[in-house]
Amino acid sequence: MKTLAYRVVALAAIGIALTFATDVFFTSGNLLNVLRQASLTFLIASGLTLTILTAGLDLSVGANVGLSACLAATVMKSTDSIALGVVAGLGFGALVGALNGLMVTLLKLPPFIATYGMLWTLNGVTYWFMGGETIHGFAPGFRSLGTGYWHGVPIPVYVMAAFLAVGGVFTRYTTFGQEVYAIGANREAARLSGVPVRARLNLVYILSGAMAGLAAIVYLARLNSAEADIGEPLTLPAIAAVLIGGTSLFGGIGSLTGTLVGALTLTLVVNGMNLLAVDANWQPLVTGVIVILAVLIDVMTRQRAEARV
Amino acid sequence: MNKVPGAAYLLAILVVVFAIFGSGFATAANLLNIGVQSSVLLLLALPMTLIIMSEGLDLSMGAVLSFAGVVLATMLMKEYRLVTALLAAVSVGLAFGVANGLLVVTLGLPPFVATLGTLGVAQGLALVMSGGQSVVGIGDALPALYAREPAGVPFAIWMATGAFVVFHLAFRYTRLGSYVSALGGNREALVLAGVRANLYHVGVYALGGVMAGFAALLLTGRMSAGHPTAAIGLEFDAVAAVIVGGTSFERGKGTLGGTLVGVLTIGVLKNGLNVLEVPSSLQVASIGVLVIVALVLDSIVQAIATRRRGVRTA
Repeated sequence: MKTLAYRVVALAAIGIALTFATDVFFTSGNLLNVLRQASLTFLIASGLTLTILTAGLDLSVGANVGLSACLAATVMKSTDSIALGVVAGLGFGALVGALNGLMVTLLKLPPFIATYGMLWTLNGVTYWFMGGETIHGFAPGFRSLGTGYWHGVPIPVYVMAAFLAVGGVFTRYTTFGQEVYAIGANREAARLSGVPVRARLNLVYILSGAMAGLAAIVYLARLNSAEADIGEPLTLPAIAAVLIGGTSLFGGIGSLTGTLVGALTLTLVVNGMNLLAVDANWQPLVTGVIVILAVLIDVMTRQRAEARV
Repeated sequence: MNKVPGAAYLLAILVVVFAIFGSGFATAANLLNIGVQSSVLLLLALPMTLIIMSEGLDLSMGAVLSFAGVVLATMLMKEYRLVTALLAAVSVGLAFGVANGLLVVTLGLPPFVATLGTLGVAQGLALVMSGGQSVVGIGDALPALYAREPAGVPFAIWMATGAFVVFHLAFRYTRLGSYVSALGGNREALVLAGVRANLYHVGVYALGGVMAGFAALLLTGRMSAGHPTAAIGLEFDAVAAVIVGGTSFERGKGTLGGTLVGVLTIGVLKNGLNVLEVPSSLQVASIGVLVIVALVLDSIVQAIATRRRGVRTA
């Protein structure tokens, strides 16, 4: 995991630079804010990481967060039940994931095209479903999930830590986790060694969808409002976080810990831009350049590894 | 084209259904309207066909088109001549296209992520240059050009038809066609035959950028303004049109005629749903469903064809 160490050093370097460049950066208020923001990016990116580990991709995570949040908000408002709203958001997210899985395993579509189609389909349905409305104002108990603190640390950070711990153990120490890596490293070899490839891929896409649903719940609690366009700016940062974290687009290499480092790095960059009063319009450009650089490093690492063999 | 693309049946069915159920669909004015609405999409879908045939993808087209539109509108606002402004817009497109090509071909990045990155860059530049606002006050030259109707046919349709003819002739009567097919299907053979495969491969992406620049002329003309997010997502319609038109992501198979049918299918679907008063947001979703339907139909047709062939040889 030497490459992960480099990435942590890079993260620390950005942090140190920002500490010297701005007065506000190294204050507990700002750092907790960064952590809260990073935890959301991590939740969206964690399921995405699993799909990329299998040499797949889920471009629909952002749009899925958008529609799941709108659905959860509607259910919560109309039934006055937090639990039902949460179940609706999670359930719908997982359903979208299941559809993605079926397109990949049953229709044998390339994952990027299947989930890309899903992205725009979900966007369309979300705008239709919301009809330009905004739903806002939720119960304080629910909102604390996004805005609250426990022992001085934002609650989303605990959610992130819990999922990092569970997901880390899951991917590293269970048969399922090993099978995910095996499918990504060499699908045919995995199939021949008895890995139920289609069933595992379906599960991975369902997990990716469910994590988007969970992120939607946390996001909703933080924003305290749901609109049709809330999912749109989330896709590129999630993909950037996974790639900065060192998970290879070619499958089989990477980790959830890496994605956490990636989410933190990206959040620091955006936070730094805000603190340095850079126009927010620059953000897509910076994220885009980061994505390209991260993939470039991925490709060059791979080429060097192949040259060595 | 020796075979009718499968999408032609889909298109025919849609036309019949909308003609029966949508009053005002089958009028000359509305059909011209479909042509105008489809023209920007066709400009993008033509190069997208070549890109997909080379086993690539360009997700940045919509954002590049938006940025080129902002450049075009800003230059017109500053009272540059239309030709100069168009040249600038096309150059912007060309620069992005070449960048995409170099990232994918020379550096070997996976196309969908490389172009997702350039999407972000183009979108960011469009937002920064316009300050996130519409660029208005572009003068009369472009709106006047857009409003022209030589021989009773709107300018947009002339331009789209011209582009199709040029692409079709180049594809049919020069080596471009066989080279591009080979890029996806049999790159090794191309290289062994002494063809500078990389040059053609980058060229295909460059063409995508250039066409996005020309499409900016139509879109800006239609809106009489440049908007930084005007064409976000239009690349999805282009990809959908190419897939519906029967071009596959593998083995370099596909035809420009099929893409034309795909573009018209999407145009008819959107327009017909409009006539039936289906909200525009659901029209976006319907294109996603259309792609799935086309792909499922295609796999069924192929399965039947394989079975028949099997019986014949047995």
